[in-house]
Amino acid sequence: MTFFIETLIGGLLAGTMYSLVAIGFVLIYKASGVFNFAQGAMLLFAALTFVSLREQGVPFAAALVLTVVVIAIGALAIERWILRPLVNRSQITLFMATLGLSFIVEGLAQGLMGAEVRALDLGIQDTPVMFGDIMVSHFDLVAAATATVLVTVLALLFNKTRVGVSLRAVADDTRAALSIGINLNRIWQIVWAVAGSVGLVAGLLWGARQGVQFSLSLVVLKALPVLIIGGFTSIGGAIVGGLIVGAAENLAEVYIGPFIGGGITPWFAYFIALAFLYVRPAGLFGERAIERV
Amino acid sequence: MSLHTYTLPAPFDNAPVHLVGSRAPWPLLVLLMIAFGVVPLLGSDYWLNAILIPFLVLSLAGLGLNLLTGYTGQTSVGSAGFMAVGAFATYNLLLRVPVLPLPVALILGGLFAAAVGWVVGIPSSRIKGFYLMVTTLAAQFFLEWIFSKFPWFYNNASSGTISAPNLVLFGHDLNTPTHRYLFTLSVVTLLTWVAVNLVKSQIGRNWMAIRDMDTAAAVIGIPVDRYKRQAFTVSSFYLGIAGALWAFFYLGTASASSFDINRSFQILFIIIIGGMGSIAGNFIGAAFISLLPILLSFAGQVLLGGAIDTGQIQNLQKIIFGTLIIWFLIKEPDGLVRLILNLRERLSVWPLRF
Amino acid sequence: MHIALKGVVGATMLTLSMTAAVPEAHAVADEQFIPLATYRVGAYASSGIPVWAGMIDYLRYINEVEGGINGVKLVWQECETEWTAEKGIECYERFKNGLDGAPVALYHPNGAPAAYALSDRAAADRIPLITLGYGRTEATDGSVFPYNFPVMLTFYSEASAVINYIAQREGGFDKLKSKKIATVYHDSAYGRETQGPLGLLAEKYGFENIQIPVADPGNEQSAQWRQVRQSKPDWVFLRTWGVSTPVAIKTAARFGFPVDRIIGDIWASSDEDVLPTGDAGKGYLALTPYPGGADFEIHERIRTHILDKGKSDLKDPKSFGSVYYNSGLVNAAIAVEAIRAGQKKFGNRPLTGDEGRWGLEHLDLGEARLREIGFLGLLQPLKLSCSDHEGGGAAKVQQWDGARWNLITDWVHADRATLRPLIDAKSAAYASEKGIQPRDCSTEG
Repeated sequence: MTFFIETLIGGLLAGTMYSLVAIGFVLIYKASGVFNFAQGAMLLFAALTFVSLREQGVPFAAALVLTVVVIAIGALAIERWILRPLVNRSQITLFMATLGLSFIVEGLAQGLMGAEVRALDLGIQDTPVMFGDIMVSHFDLVAAATATVLVTVLALLFNKTRVGVSLRAVADDTRAALSIGINLNRIWQIVWAVAGSVGLVAGLLWGARQGVQFSLSLVVLKALPVLIIGGFTSIGGAIVGGLIVGAAENLAEVYIGPFIGGGITPWFAYFIALAFLYVRPAGLFGERAIERV
Repeated sequence: MSLHTYTLPAPFDNAPVHLVGSRAPWPLLVLLMIAFGVVPLLGSDYWLNAILIPFLVLSLAGLGLNLLTGYTGQTSVGSAGFMAVGAFATYNLLLRVPVLPLPVALILGGLFAAAVGWVVGIPSSRIKGFYLMVTTLAAQFFLEWIFSKFPWFYNNASSGTISAPNLVLFGHDLNTPTHRYLFTLSVVTLLTWVAVNLVKSQIGRNWMAIRDMDTAAAVIGIPVDRYKRQAFTVSSFYLGIAGALWAFFYLGTASASSFDINRSFQILFIIIIGGMGSIAGNFIGAAFISLLPILLSFAGQVLLGGAIDTGQIQNLQKIIFGTLIIWFLIKEPDGLVRLILNLRERLSVWPLRF
Repeated sequence: MHIALKGVVGATMLTLSMTAAVPEAHAVADEQFIPLATYRVGAYASSGIPVWAGMIDYLRYINEVEGGINGVKLVWQECETEWTAEKGIECYERFKNGLDGAPVALYHPNGAPAAYALSDRAAADRIPLITLGYGRTEATDGSVFPYNFPVMLTFYSEASAVINYIAQREGGFDKLKSKKIATVYHDSAYGRETQGPLGLLAEKYGFENIQIPVADPGNEQSAQWRQVRQSKPDWVFLRTWGVSTPVAIKTAARFGFPVDRIIGDIWASSDEDVLPTGDAGKGYLALTPYPGGADFEIHERIRTHILDKGKSDLKDPKSFGSVYYNSGLVNAAIAVEAIRAGQKKFGNRPLTGDEGRWGLEHLDLGEARLREIGFLGLLQPLKLSCSDHEGGGAAKVQQWDGARWNLITDWVHADRATLRPLIDAKSAAYASEKGIQPRDCSTEG
């Protein structure tokens, strides 16, 4: 029983790491209706930029600020050259554009900063902590705390600031938002920059664990089922989805894996997502679309 | 393309005759003659093995996906999974039922893939758009896992790979590049011909109605769910055959990782670049996607010599590739095929303009 | 539709003519062509880049300092494979006929997918493939696989060497009884390859054999290491690749499994694998046929003639002497020595694939020769023959101290005789499936 609880808790904590990646998707999807496949590449780019700056001897805080600046410039460019020309096109078209974008960003990231593995030390101990018989990872706790802080900040941003309110207006009804004078392009730029910064946080935490290199961009694939379960439009959903996926994946690998040969994590999360989908076709917290002919 | 105008309802004998293709398709015939007659004589091993065969197979795979995505509007990123089903099914059929001739095994392999496609298509009745796309992604990962996890599928080989059985067609050994090329070409030609007619038929028009708006299609009485599943099935059949060709006629040896998610994306790119909802577009897209990297790397070696290291050329290539995809989406959403059509129209009135 | 196809004709013609017009790099017929199928982008690029630097530096050293192999200059060209089978085939087809008359004597597929895909083609084209530390284990049997050379250390030998090392640490083979050895492996053909030999050895020595798969890419492994923690093994044999290695080491630390009880395999034994782990990797053990370190004689020579003159392919001089850099040196040295062996029979001229194969099968690197070429300690004594395409079968164990690898053993030899029947059974099965008539090795000169 202790082992079960430990697995469950460990899984839930691991799930917050997925949530962090998923939140970046949700932000962009809410504001611009784009399912941003390049989120993984952006995450890689952000983390690589940060690590390269650190290697040049830039202090931690300054490196963080500089990286956010780079991300903001990237967001401006993406809005100007990709989103604006593609406005009013189908969602699938936009999705495919982000596939192209992910190629560009990956190429740029590796071209400018090299493909070598970089070590990233955030100064967080990755050692076990015992609560009675239950072992929990220190690092996971920090990651969970980071996620909580991040979500709180985002909630404040969206509910208490003018930009946030405009963003929600855009998400609700783009045309109505335009007609009352909200600058759509500006909102997109801001949201992409914020999503990039969320990607930076996720990239740093994942990067600290596995080293910063190309594979970092693959964590996107981990975030997709999370999005399906939580819905594309809900930050809360992303968190809950991440927790569900993390817990289910860990429990399944330990309790089901041995019977069917193990190594089931890549698809198991997708199967849970499918099960959810069949019951709730727009995710747990997603908005049900109403279609008109 | 036609300058005639028709008033509706047109009397039957007045109907737009070119719809049923009364003109002899000369360019097509010339192309086929070159492909069947001239290329095998002139093509070197390198061209046949490394460029033309993969180009043909990728075109076929693109065609399969285009039936589903370009014609029926259901985006799939699980194409490689269906290809894997075709490859592994064909391999096992040839291995375990040695009496089966190659073409039969190939078709049966395609049918297995079709069956899997039908199953994956079931959720399409309830799920749409991205959510549906993710179900295809789930299928992709699940199939990849199955084919690497259960040794039965690859005959317990320790390497996890399946390798081409002795490819024999009516007593002919198909192991030389030329033979493999000709066989692949024949299969692709035949299936393309079927597809051309399929999309012109009632089925194809129903698919397109669903693509343009499925709710509206349902309203006018098209059984949407059934046609979506059908599109999944047919598309998977094509992909399955493409998978078997990819494994045995191109690679020679394949494993589950030959059909990974990147292959799915590659096929998706083929139809984006070539042209969604176009048969010829698949060939153009596949040519583009298989030739561009080779061209760029040659160009890199020649123009830049040792000045830039190969790694940078590869990165540059990725950037160019991504840029082209976005450029196409922005400037020409109908893909290269539309670009070529436009060019032709412009040339036909050159130098005068309207 | 038809109009569009007309367009295809045009487009095809255009591309055909464009590609045909591209000239190739310059080479002449009295040079030996060494094709380099490399990967510098993609998920595995970080492992590859130092390897190519090692190979190129050694080839350059042979050319510039020794004036080629017995006067035959080497010429090489790169082709990007991205570690995939498809591009690997493209590169092979581009290179197999040589470069402007300079022939190919042997070919490094550099990547397991390409190695499998090329196996049959290379046999048909009569070009030997060198797969150092990967590839088909059963290709050790050269009578069935005349053109495949899994030189130095196959995965079977690797498994056996690990068990032998553990026995050494535990104080004898009888101590292995009642021990638990868990293998955490990358869930792929590569990862599963040791299941056969480990099963056999577990039966022989009586240890408990636990197998735990990690699915690709392996950037989240808490479930796996929780299983490890639950089963409390005495040793963990880590058979991961790419990003799954650092993640495994870090996750092990997270679950409190002692890192000095983890032994990494060939593909989990490089600097790139442990650098991202920081403190967690201190004490990590790894098995390698090409140990890290820049103090071998050959490094001295390359440092003087290549590195210090700014001619090295290395962008980051810190990687000089890293495990992967050294693997590049070893790979290149085997190629060069095989060509040299072939030249003894065929004369001092560029060799063809068949002649390269003869050279490989008569490669005999004793200690004296290794000392001469500066590889003593870095490269194990190696003797290949028609029936034995592996040759060595030994590895050293090195330990990471947080900054560099330290060797803690001499060559640990695999118990190849015990495993040979497994290999013979597999190669016989392959021969019957493919209808190959094994050649008779006793008649090979």
